[in-house]
Amino acid sequence: MGEKLILSVSPHLTGWRTTQNIMLDVIIALCPAAIASVIIFGLRALAVYAATILSALIFEFLFDRIMKKENTIRDFSAVITGMLLAMNLPVTIPLWQAVVGTFFAIVVVKCLFGGIGKNFANPAIAGRIVMLLAFASSMSAVPAFRGSVDAISSATPLAILGNGEGASLSLVRLLIGTHSGALGETCAAALLLGGIYLLVRGVISWHTPVVFIGVVYVGSLIVTGSPYAALQYILSGGLILGAVFMATDYVTTPTSKWGQIVFGLGCGLLTLLIRFWGSYPEGVSFSILLMNILTPYIDKWTRRKPFGGVAA
Amino acid sequence: MKLPHMRGVRVPHRKNTAGSRAVWMKNVKTVTIPLSMHIGAPDTPLVKVGDTVQVGEKIAEGGYMSSPIYASVSGTVKKIDTALMSNGYYIQNVTIESDGKLTPWEGLKPPVINDYADFIAAVRDSGVVGLGGAGFPTAVKLNVKDLNQIEEFVINGAECEPYITSDTITMTYRTGYVEKGLEILKKYMNARKIIIGIEDNKPEAIRAMHAITDSDPVCSVAVLRSSYPQGAEKVLIYNTTGKIVPEGKLPLDVGVVVMNVTSLAVLAEYIETGMPLVNKCVTVDGPAVASPRNVIAPIGTPLQDVFDFAGGFVEAPAKVVYGGPMMGIAVPNLQQPILKSTNAILAFNRKEGEMAKETPCIRCGRCVNTCPMRLNPPMIAKAMRDKNYEGLAELKVNLCMECGACVFVCPAKRNMIQRHKLAKSELRTWQQKQAEQKKREEESRAKEGESNG
Repeated sequence: MGEKLILSVSPHLTGWRTTQNIMLDVIIALCPAAIASVIIFGLRALAVYAATILSALIFEFLFDRIMKKENTIRDFSAVITGMLLAMNLPVTIPLWQAVVGTFFAIVVVKCLFGGIGKNFANPAIAGRIVMLLAFASSMSAVPAFRGSVDAISSATPLAILGNGEGASLSLVRLLIGTHSGALGETCAAALLLGGIYLLVRGVISWHTPVVFIGVVYVGSLIVTGSPYAALQYILSGGLILGAVFMATDYVTTPTSKWGQIVFGLGCGLLTLLIRFWGSYPEGVSFSILLMNILTPYIDKWTRRKPFGGVAA
Repeated sequence: MKLPHMRGVRVPHRKNTAGSRAVWMKNVKTVTIPLSMHIGAPDTPLVKVGDTVQVGEKIAEGGYMSSPIYASVSGTVKKIDTALMSNGYYIQNVTIESDGKLTPWEGLKPPVINDYADFIAAVRDSGVVGLGGAGFPTAVKLNVKDLNQIEEFVINGAECEPYITSDTITMTYRTGYVEKGLEILKKYMNARKIIIGIEDNKPEAIRAMHAITDSDPVCSVAVLRSSYPQGAEKVLIYNTTGKIVPEGKLPLDVGVVVMNVTSLAVLAEYIETGMPLVNKCVTVDGPAVASPRNVIAPIGTPLQDVFDFAGGFVEAPAKVVYGGPMMGIAVPNLQQPILKSTNAILAFNRKEGEMAKETPCIRCGRCVNTCPMRLNPPMIAKAMRDKNYEGLAELKVNLCMECGACVFVCPAKRNMIQRHKLAKSELRTWQQKQAEQKKREEESRAKEGESNG
């Protein structure tokens, strides 16, 4: 006796999942696409990743230090923000611009709102959109992929499809990603592989990505009238990257399954609107950002009825 | 039959003791029996210091909403005092020093049952309460106005908590008493349909229950998926009968009576032999325990003695729990006694016993999609932060049964149960105040009406 026993409220057993190992799983899932981007666009891609990831970690570390908050860089969420932002940039982006974008993503969108779990918008998407507006010319650059010689290198697939020259884009090429575009968005196969990994590991559920991509497919089919072109549309631009990795971000998307379906539906419709009738060629980022803002309402509308609960 | 299904969470089973036939612990020196091991008012002692008692002799009883308590050893009453119990209340305890003989009381005899009133009296005299952990007096539960009201009896053998196997032991090795229990329900409660719900990770128990029910048109076995909290009353009722117990109602209101399988067997044993509830089969397990096993211990035995009897510890226990790891109650010291409703005592080492550090909620939604009551813990947390009691009422935090599934799946290791307990009690206080205020307003309005008239 004399030894004091721990007294605490039940449960006395918790599961193996931690915030950290979830984030680690997302990083692992992003790796195939990241590796593919280095192969497709060359070693400068590594410099872009290094700039965003390191600056994301440094900004979060400094913010926590200056604000005398508990240090949160060990949860790895800043690494994901850095990786995702880099994947949304062209390989030719000046590195200082990438760092400015990261500053906005980490400090303004995430830390100022209270850090992990408190931000209302996806930091990487908000960072990308700020860069799109601030650094319009370098962001809309159409970087050539390594060994590009043909006409396709001069435009992104969405631009090619928009010009009605879609016949020159094979699905295999879209899957492998040997075409112009942002770093991480071109290799659809690698992105899908990462998505499957996240599904198998139970990190994400299928609801948002499947509905999002499905709606874009059906919409493209209706607009173009061609199943083949619709397939090209869903494999082009940032759709797979956005649907698998950004529309499934826990913090800024609905928590319930029905909410996730509504979220995916909204994202898909907004993407279609912007792609076919907007002035930007791509609308994935904007659609996710807009739906991020609606998330608290979707959560409220789709809240499950308590089991056996009666109205007060 | 295709059963409706409610998803749960896959907790580790750790049923290390499923095959371990219980060993009877006879060498108890002293027992300390609390006079409240049931829901309801505490009992008053019938013995005084210096009295000699024998096993099965009644030492305390109370009013309608209570259950009598019997001496679990033969010997001398040494002390009747008040002590702080693990539930946070000060309770009277009767301490009996054993003479080591465990002599049964000479007055023990099977009850004579001629009608329903006799039966309820017998249930009461058996000392049985909800042995799954709830401790609700069984005599009160089975005392219904109209037996035709009961459409189904659900016998709870789910045992969904990790580690615990005492109900499995009842079903596997005390099958005869379970069978007699079923007969009793048919005979005295007019049972027309009895469903025994068991999780599919207990094949030996399922086989034993099938053997006694297969030729019986009234009884059936429902094999349930092993997912926590399968044994929670409302979940079990839904998964075996498809019925939903509405908020504020009892299972009886939807025509269901749920009984723990061990409660049933103990009741049958009393009706057959006249020996009331004095011993309890408990699972002794946990990472700090040297050799996990099931032990039959006299009620009131200090936990320290039970652990010692079972083989002691491999390392110093940092946390000791009554019941399972999901809903069990942590005890302050090892002098705490075995209670009627104790089905396991678990000892955790420092690594498993220490609470994980909470990190910020990342809104992953695991809790939202796991909660068997379909509550929304993040919204409850927010309403609690805002002191928004209308919101808490609307979010139905009062329905939280504190099963802990949300905490188990939470990657941020946030203890929602602690928050929900607090939210429930604050909501109750607020609702009482609201009601009082409403009453006052009505009274003053009535007065005004009088003076005006």
